[in-house]
Amino acid sequence: MARRRQRKVVLNVAMWCVRIVFGALLAFPFYWMLITTFKRNTDLNNLKNNPFIFNEPPTLDHLRLLFHETMFGRWVLNTAFAGLIVVIITLVLAVPAAYALARLTGNWGAQLGIGVFLTYLVPPTLLFIPLSKVVAMLGLQDTLWSVIVVYPTFTLPFSIWLLMGFFKSIPKDLDDAAMVDGLTRWGAFVKLMIPMSVSGILTVVIFAFTLVTQEFVYALTFISSAANQTVGVGVPTYLVRGDVYYWGSLMAACLITSVPIGILYNTFLDRFIEGFTGGAVK
Amino acid sequence: MFMPAILYIVALVGVPFVMAFVYSVSDAKVGSVHYHFVGLKNFIDILHNPTFIRSLENSFLFTISSQILVLIGSTILALALRDAFPGRRFLRFLILLPWVAPVSIGSLGWKWILDSLYSVITWVLVRMHLVNQFDAPMWLGEPKLAMMSVILVHTWHMMPFATVILLAGLTAIPSEIPEAAAVDGAGFFRTLFQITIPMMLPIINVAVLFGAIFTFTDMTVIYILTRGGPYDTTQVIPSEAFFTGILGSDLAEGAAISIFLVPVLVIAAYLALRSAHRAEVT
Amino acid sequence: MAVVETRKLTKVFKRGNVGAVNNVDLESREGEFLVLLGPSGSGKTTLLRMIAGLEEPTSGDILIGGRLVNDLTPRERGIAMVFQSYALYPHLSVFNNIVFPLKAQGVPKERRQKQAEWAASLLGIQHLFARKPRELSGGERQRVALARAIVREPSLFLLDEPLSNLDAKLRASAREELEQFQERIGTTTIYVTHDQVEAMAMGDRVVVMSQGVVRQIGTPADVYDEPADTFVATFLGSPPMNILPFEETLVGFRPEHFLPVGVSERPGASVSYSYHIDHSEYLGAELVLYGVMVGGAFDGMKAISRVPSTHAAGLTDGSTHTFWVGASDVKFFDRVTSKRTTASRLPS
Repeated sequence: MARRRQRKVVLNVAMWCVRIVFGALLAFPFYWMLITTFKRNTDLNNLKNNPFIFNEPPTLDHLRLLFHETMFGRWVLNTAFAGLIVVIITLVLAVPAAYALARLTGNWGAQLGIGVFLTYLVPPTLLFIPLSKVVAMLGLQDTLWSVIVVYPTFTLPFSIWLLMGFFKSIPKDLDDAAMVDGLTRWGAFVKLMIPMSVSGILTVVIFAFTLVTQEFVYALTFISSAANQTVGVGVPTYLVRGDVYYWGSLMAACLITSVPIGILYNTFLDRFIEGFTGGAVK
Repeated sequence: MFMPAILYIVALVGVPFVMAFVYSVSDAKVGSVHYHFVGLKNFIDILHNPTFIRSLENSFLFTISSQILVLIGSTILALALRDAFPGRRFLRFLILLPWVAPVSIGSLGWKWILDSLYSVITWVLVRMHLVNQFDAPMWLGEPKLAMMSVILVHTWHMMPFATVILLAGLTAIPSEIPEAAAVDGAGFFRTLFQITIPMMLPIINVAVLFGAIFTFTDMTVIYILTRGGPYDTTQVIPSEAFFTGILGSDLAEGAAISIFLVPVLVIAAYLALRSAHRAEVT
Repeated sequence: MAVVETRKLTKVFKRGNVGAVNNVDLESREGEFLVLLGPSGSGKTTLLRMIAGLEEPTSGDILIGGRLVNDLTPRERGIAMVFQSYALYPHLSVFNNIVFPLKAQGVPKERRQKQAEWAASLLGIQHLFARKPRELSGGERQRVALARAIVREPSLFLLDEPLSNLDAKLRASAREELEQFQERIGTTTIYVTHDQVEAMAMGDRVVVMSQGVVRQIGTPADVYDEPADTFVATFLGSPPMNILPFEETLVGFRPEHFLPVGVSERPGASVSYSYHIDHSEYLGAELVLYGVMVGGAFDGMKAISRVPSTHAAGLTDGSTHTFWVGASDVKFFDRVTSKRTTASRLPS
């Protein structure tokens, strides 16, 4: 009689165990950043203290140090600026390209699209050495512009791929109708397709921006002065003086950078997955 | 309309890709303008370099073991996230953080958690009387432990990505299929292993292949946590290429090292395309 | 073989809302082909899913073969089900799809082979054993789903709109096949559909449902000729029964019984009306007329008539004729409850 319910309860409990254990393990470092940010150094450095709780009253010292005595603010601004320009470059190039590829007749569009997507798989760790030469030739070494020029190499392929899927889902009849109604192809693209794909374009904006904030290898390779650094490289390399780790400020910096990006990304996640799984999920 | 984007990608991905091969058979150095063809000298040199051989081995160890852990973990987690439950959105956000937070920043959080003196893990183990406080494990300072640590941190970083992709595959299975299995007399595990997982195989392939490419070509976790140390025991191909080519100024040899990424990339890209194609046919 | 019985079976999906299925009392007969018929949202599929064990009832009991099965899982109920989409396992070959239920029961290998061959031969699909579901046509998929359902000789057979994925031409032949197939295996069958033609053609009895409530249970002739209420009267039959208000009642008569004077061959009393034809549709075998009653109790009300083409001469748009309907073909319904009542008097 109760067997069915019993089995259901067991399964439910097991599911919750998995959720709680995995959730705790995956989110733990962020909890750790949070608690470290507000702990006094004397609390952090006392091995007798229980590290999970505040043994001394919380403090804002680490945040003060981070914002007043380090270049953290500068790095955040640098990253935001680079992100903005990269987003603009990406949109200007990717939106028309994706539309054209989506509407290319025959197998050509699909083939080119896959080719573009494959370039996304070419990793920075293969290209950074030749690119460092290219950056030097362009006279951009050690400037924020070096990464601004290079970042579209990975934001473009993914954005084109994502937007291609988007444009393909808009029936071709609509273009035809617009052209029958007297618009040129370019007119149809600007007046019809762009307004119809606002949410796809917004997704691309978010992803291009977050990809920029997450990038590490190129910024580490091309930029050598602290003042020009992005936040992803600045925090782990320049916030450490010699061998001294200011853990409180470091973790504060980590927390402040991670969580907003996390929230931003999470909102647009479903579209992002669509881009990755492509045809594999129907 | 797609030409500008294609040209951008060709100029900054295609050309450097070819340059990487050109450099690998030259004697290019940072700062010098002249270089000569030296044949396979660089390749012969690095194949005689025990550090390189070690990094090659490590790359495979790092990739394969972290991907196995990711696969098992993300499958279990995706199953636990499939059905609606209170707090699902929040848990998904928490679980995603390791993937969306800049990886250098997340790794920095782990560097603090794995600190040689103040590690919270050590603190817990001491309290449980599993280790002696005065002979505490050096999580990042002993070769075996350091390798284990970077593998686990990378697993932590990649797990969310695989989970959301598998989740997309899981929710794409029509609900009538598991219902039919239930009516046909299959219990939880039979349905899981004979119906659900086999049906998800194409999408699992996608997740594993992308994960493997990202892992095999990444150096961030290792750079932040160990810089390849202690004594180059956690060096992988990308980090070895970085240390040799950029920090060591030997562009040619660095390029030659990074060329070793190419065969794996080509195979993975081929498999990814094939499995995506297959999934589409199904 | 078994009979299914539901007692006061109710399913409420969201607390506070009206139930998807309300107080359904149902009893099938041994070896019967019972059809649950209703528009979408009538609760017929939910009812079937509760019998299958895929949905837990909010209240009420389900009995299969006299045994209370409320707390049994689907696998313990000894039933088989064919889903609307067929739910074939896409990664398994046809053979492995068919033997899957046997494997789950731990049937030994040789017996599995034998059973699968028996089931496949009943449906003529042995030659498809090695194929994958995606390589099959719609009709073949449906047979595989049927084979998978009968392979373990279930005591009860549940079918959820199994023909709705077939094209119109195939549907007619599949319907006939399915009917004969059920007769041959003799398993009690519950069949869900929204298609009245399927229900009339296949059912031994038809359960007409609407808004989670059973409106009428009866043979196809019962529910068509003697509808219990106006819902059943208008849901069955196309075009639907004419329902016209008269005093305290609603008067109903079917378009095919409303004919030009002299056409009906049915003996007995009849009543005639003056009928103005607005427009008509010629459908080959018959002519469907849309018009208005002129004078009498129904003056100005719309009515539909279906006249065999052989008697259609002179029935042009805009013309007025005298039509009649046999007294025994006129049904009366209560205006408030919309249930059948006895005749007061024939309006003229």
